[in-house]
Amino acid sequence: MQSLSNRSKLVVNKEMTFMERIYLPAILKGMWTTLKHFFRNVTGKTATLRYPEVKRDFAPVYRGWHVLKRDEQGRENCTACGLCAVACPAEAITMTAAEREKGEEHLYREEKYAAVYEINMLRCIFCGLCEEACPKEAIFLTDRIVPTDYVRQNFVFGKDMLVEGVEPEKRINVKVRQKHVTEKK
Amino acid sequence: MSALLLFISAVIIEKTALVLVMFLITLGIAAYSTYGERKVAAFLQDRLGPDRAGPWGILQPLADGAKMFTKEDFIPKDSNKWLFILGPGAFIFVALMTSAVIPWGTYFTGFGLNVDLQVADVNIGILYVMGFVSLGVYGIMIGGWASNNKYSLFGAIRASSQMISYELAMGLSIISVILITGTLSLRGIADGQAGTWLGFIPQWNVFLQPLGFIIFFVCALAETNRAPFDLPECETELVGGYHTEYSAMKLGSFLFAEYINMFISSAVISTVYFGGYNFPGIDPSWLWGLMGPVVIFAKTFFFIFVFMWIRWTLPRFRYDQLMHLGWKSLIPLSILNMLLTGAGILCLG
Repeated sequence: MQSLSNRSKLVVNKEMTFMERIYLPAILKGMWTTLKHFFRNVTGKTATLRYPEVKRDFAPVYRGWHVLKRDEQGRENCTACGLCAVACPAEAITMTAAEREKGEEHLYREEKYAAVYEINMLRCIFCGLCEEACPKEAIFLTDRIVPTDYVRQNFVFGKDMLVEGVEPEKRINVKVRQKHVTEKK
Repeated sequence: MSALLLFISAVIIEKTALVLVMFLITLGIAAYSTYGERKVAAFLQDRLGPDRAGPWGILQPLADGAKMFTKEDFIPKDSNKWLFILGPGAFIFVALMTSAVIPWGTYFTGFGLNVDLQVADVNIGILYVMGFVSLGVYGIMIGGWASNNKYSLFGAIRASSQMISYELAMGLSIISVILITGTLSLRGIADGQAGTWLGFIPQWNVFLQPLGFIIFFVCALAETNRAPFDLPECETELVGGYHTEYSAMKLGSFLFAEYINMFISSAVISTVYFGGYNFPGIDPSWLWGLMGPVVIFAKTFFFIFVFMWIRWTLPRFRYDQLMHLGWKSLIPLSILNMLLTGAGILCLG
């Protein structure tokens, strides 16, 4: 049969030569290879990093732990429209909407807000469709890694884990990722 | 009479101190070989190895030891209890006994003392080493049989047949060295390698016996059950081999004894083939007497590294390949080497 890729190799079951049968040249060649790796790793950088102390650089478009943004005056952007939950292919997002009371104008930007907003981080596939679906620029994916835990229940992140802080130093910067995402489009 | 008593007690104190020091050094080196093995393995495989316990992970052997001692010490219900305990004990005892005849340096002379850095200068030193290496198989065999587990028994049978097969070639390659040196004493063999040829080539036996050295080294790998001859504890086929049923410090003893064996065989290789405590430019002042142990330990550590380096480079032999190599290649080669050595001595005087 004719080969379509021209990559197949013909197998030859030839007798081993004397040098091959005494093994030692092949063994020394293999040991030379591992020795090169040894000295490269002793003197230079290993591929492995000391993880919690040293972190690998992320791609600028990395999609990790979500954030629910506030506007400049510290009011939550989310209006609990539910478009993110509808867009979510993994059914990871759920929320309960509530009406803004009088005197809460400094907390929520519009008349309706999410009283409960939960993302199940074990269901989430970090596709970023919630971010695309959001009409209010409320939810973004960030370059933060979702922390590990021993209990499944703790992976259901509520508003305490998702909404960014009011103070300027607690704000989560999503501009770098957004710049790259829009440039790609 | 009192002078004789004084002399005897001085000898006893000297030897006891030496035995104690050697015991502690052997245990320390075996413990840190486990750390070294993991580090070397990691670097050969582009990893970092243990680095959490202390700086660069140097406290890792202590953590491992604490773990081994505090684990549940389980003895299977249907096992032979006393033999089950005897197995690892015998194995580690035999491993520790071998270091007694290795000379760790020339006579240390100074401060009115004349200390022999060797526990026992028996005139059949190398035979003693071979004898104790052969006894090592009993620990594995007893442990594997007493476990009452098919994998343990397979491992033990593999270990014993492998060790018996490779002892033959090992002994035959040693005979060639004995032909050259004319003595069985390890001190004598080491002293015979002092000096240089042409002023810069050290008079080591490896240059006279290159084939014998390769055979001896391969057999040493097989005798210590190190890769590529680690079939007795071959994880992919036998779960854990002869120590499948062992736990806690009994397992620790087996693993520890393997590292002690590695240290001792490296020391024997350095002594028999690489001049022991001799190095080019040696002269018998007390300073050089102190350099002797440094030199032999440097050589020993190098061979421990080579043992690890080989382990993390080569895959395991198949069992028929192992037997083929031992019986059909190494034994004929070592007999040939012996004949060539004899002919050489006869012709060159």
